[in-house]
Amino acid sequence: MTTSILPKSKQSPDQSLWKNPVAVGIFLVVYVVVFTFILLNLDRRNTWFPLHTTLAFPPLALAPMLIFNAPLPRWAKAIGLLLVLGFVLPLIGIRDTTYLELLIQISIFSALALGLNIVVGFAGLLDLGYVAFFAVGAYIWAMFTSSADTIFKTGNMLVPASGLITLPWINLQIAAFPLFIIFAIVLAAGFGIVLGLPVLRLRGDYLAIVTLGFGEVIRVLVNNLDKPVNLTNGAQGLHDVSAPSSAFLLSPLRSVIDVLGFKSAVMPDSMAQQILLYFIAIVIVGIIIVLANRLDNSPIGRAWTAIREDEVAAIAMGVPLVRMKLLAFAMGAACAGAVGVLYGAKQTFVSPESFQLTQSINILAMVIVGGLGGIRGVLLGATVVTLLNLQVLSNFALQINSLRNIDYVASANSIRVIITVPFILLTYWALRLVLNKDQVDRIDVFPYVRFRQGIKPLQQAIIIGRVVILIIAWVMIIASIQDFPIKNWPSQLTPDKYQRFVFGILLIVMMIFRPAGLLPEPRRKMELDKTEAESVELKEVEDAA
Amino acid sequence: MLLDVQGLTKRFGGLVAVNNVEIQIPERSISAIIGPNGAGKTTLFNLLTGIYSPDSGSITFDGKSLIGLRPDQVNARGMTRTFQSIRLFHNMSVLENVMVGMHSRLRHVSLLQTLIRLPSFSRRERDVQAQASELLRFVGLGGQGDEISRNLPYGDQRRVELARALAGDPKLILLDEPTAGMNPNESEDAKDLFRRVRDELGVTVVLIEHDMKVVMGISEYITVLDYGQKIAEGAPADIRANPRVVEAYLGRRAAGTDYGEKAKNAEAVEGAV
Repeated sequence: MTTSILPKSKQSPDQSLWKNPVAVGIFLVVYVVVFTFILLNLDRRNTWFPLHTTLAFPPLALAPMLIFNAPLPRWAKAIGLLLVLGFVLPLIGIRDTTYLELLIQISIFSALALGLNIVVGFAGLLDLGYVAFFAVGAYIWAMFTSSADTIFKTGNMLVPASGLITLPWINLQIAAFPLFIIFAIVLAAGFGIVLGLPVLRLRGDYLAIVTLGFGEVIRVLVNNLDKPVNLTNGAQGLHDVSAPSSAFLLSPLRSVIDVLGFKSAVMPDSMAQQILLYFIAIVIVGIIIVLANRLDNSPIGRAWTAIREDEVAAIAMGVPLVRMKLLAFAMGAACAGAVGVLYGAKQTFVSPESFQLTQSINILAMVIVGGLGGIRGVLLGATVVTLLNLQVLSNFALQINSLRNIDYVASANSIRVIITVPFILLTYWALRLVLNKDQVDRIDVFPYVRFRQGIKPLQQAIIIGRVVILIIAWVMIIASIQDFPIKNWPSQLTPDKYQRFVFGILLIVMMIFRPAGLLPEPRRKMELDKTEAESVELKEVEDAA
Repeated sequence: MLLDVQGLTKRFGGLVAVNNVEIQIPERSISAIIGPNGAGKTTLFNLLTGIYSPDSGSITFDGKSLIGLRPDQVNARGMTRTFQSIRLFHNMSVLENVMVGMHSRLRHVSLLQTLIRLPSFSRRERDVQAQASELLRFVGLGGQGDEISRNLPYGDQRRVELARALAGDPKLILLDEPTAGMNPNESEDAKDLFRRVRDELGVTVVLIEHDMKVVMGISEYITVLDYGQKIAEGAPADIRANPRVVEAYLGRRAAGTDYGEKAKNAEAVEGAV
């Protein structure tokens, strides 16, 4: 169904090489092998390590998505995904656990974004308090397993400190985690319905502001539920949250490390913990992808789309509005609840600080950057935004620091090269904008400029004048560049300090050039294209008249 | 009687949009509800389909009361509708539109079935698609299922709306100005289509219509509303001759007692009614 709604004319005419499974397969294998090799051979002590790792890791983190979207037969995709997710990425992670940490974060945010996408993308219900359900999941696990002084501590079999009671028929420490995931799914879905009930009649802006309030209510609640009975330990948060037992992974992991000859500062048992959480995260994301896909291609998915398009028509056609809306809220919340348990286990510390409004907005931004309504787009969005937030910007800051430490001086020529590339792109875009305004049919700055027929000499002169001014400005900037000692870089301006700024710029640029997201969902794209198409039609009518 | 409406009243503040209306619709009939703009016809439809709840009165459909039911429940009971201004799901394909119309009679809508997705689920999904295609063929849009409904011409969009309403397997279908904006040829086709809906599918048809050619051409019973009140009902010939109807449409003088004037107005009335 989904493929059939793609407009046929939009498909690129000639992609024969990219459609050839063998060529694509070979490309992907080379791609993965090359980046794996690079990452395995990076040296932490190298001055340029932060830059290198920033350039080498994101392509590998995106590899599963490339494989998933490649025009390959199903079995090849399955083998590729299994190899990359089950072998290559954990290998990199064992070599350097920061990658493992990043991969778990990417998985957690992917799961959250996929869940939010069910609510916002499928059913069209804007939810700004989504992180509340995440908090429900994280807290339900943390409350029962933290050694903090809450009422759950006394006589709790799950808290190692209080003495473990072993039951003959079940190992509670192993069974607890999956059981709590199920519990969290049910509980979060319940909260989803609790949120859904009062907002059933609301749409758009009104819905957004009420859900935002709900998110804050949950956060403030956990912040204050340390009195009169200590449930959540208040603002101090819950520490020493336990994680699922990974003892069974220890000896295989040791032998893997021995075989590969990795030397690592991290203790094998904490690494085993990370590996286990990584695989749990991958499995959770996988399950959510499958279920979201099933929901989308079902009567329920159709009903959600119908509600998004026209509520009155939908209910008149027999779609039970209340049930469908609550179902969307519950499904979205369930995803967040499940992954919340994982988050609690990974962080081993849960506090209200982690569940602020910005987090909800962050997840929503992932959904929108990737492409509202489409599962692939949302996965891409979650990966890109998480990498940007947690890796790219902080590594740039680290790079500046490490260069500062060795008193590095950037030579004028290297700065010229670095700024020329974006400058060329910027000039190109600027020219396009300028020339479009003057109704130039097409502009190819390189290697020639062509004007539309009938454009007057004066206009041509003005356009050429603008180009000349831009080039002069560029030459002047390039000429004025001098050697720059990195230690002069103001510490207030390290990239990780203006994370939100970069993020905002990214969103604005996205909304200008790709408003439907990086991988737009066809139907959403049509909704956005509609206004554009109408204005074009209007213009044509005017021109004809 | 398939549909029996008694004493139906709906007020919006001081305005009585539908006032003590009484309508009976026999099974397998084609009936029309006419009246000047603002007479309360669409409000009546909204009351019947549960979009508004009436202030008083009863609606009995197929022997059971519809009062207090939600629109989707009314739909499930076998009364579906189209809208005056086309309300398709514009960015969904034509086929998907019709498939949404089937929602209330699907047997694979539960969450568990969706998430587990047994082979029987996929089979039912294929059945639904096949039935929807069949309905599209019925309304004359065979093979256009993959089109995005927004891209269809206006007349075809009306057909999709009809197919979507028929998809609920209704006993009675309410058509709100189904030929508005159509040229005479298209109206003629639409008329045939409504007849086929009744004759081939056995669905009772009730339509609101301003095009008197359509109304007089196909309806067996006509109910006339004015200012929310029923002012006349009966066969087309009776309605045509009813002075109150003429008055409602053309004003008091047109229905005046002066014979000379009446004769003069006869042609005008013919044209209008």
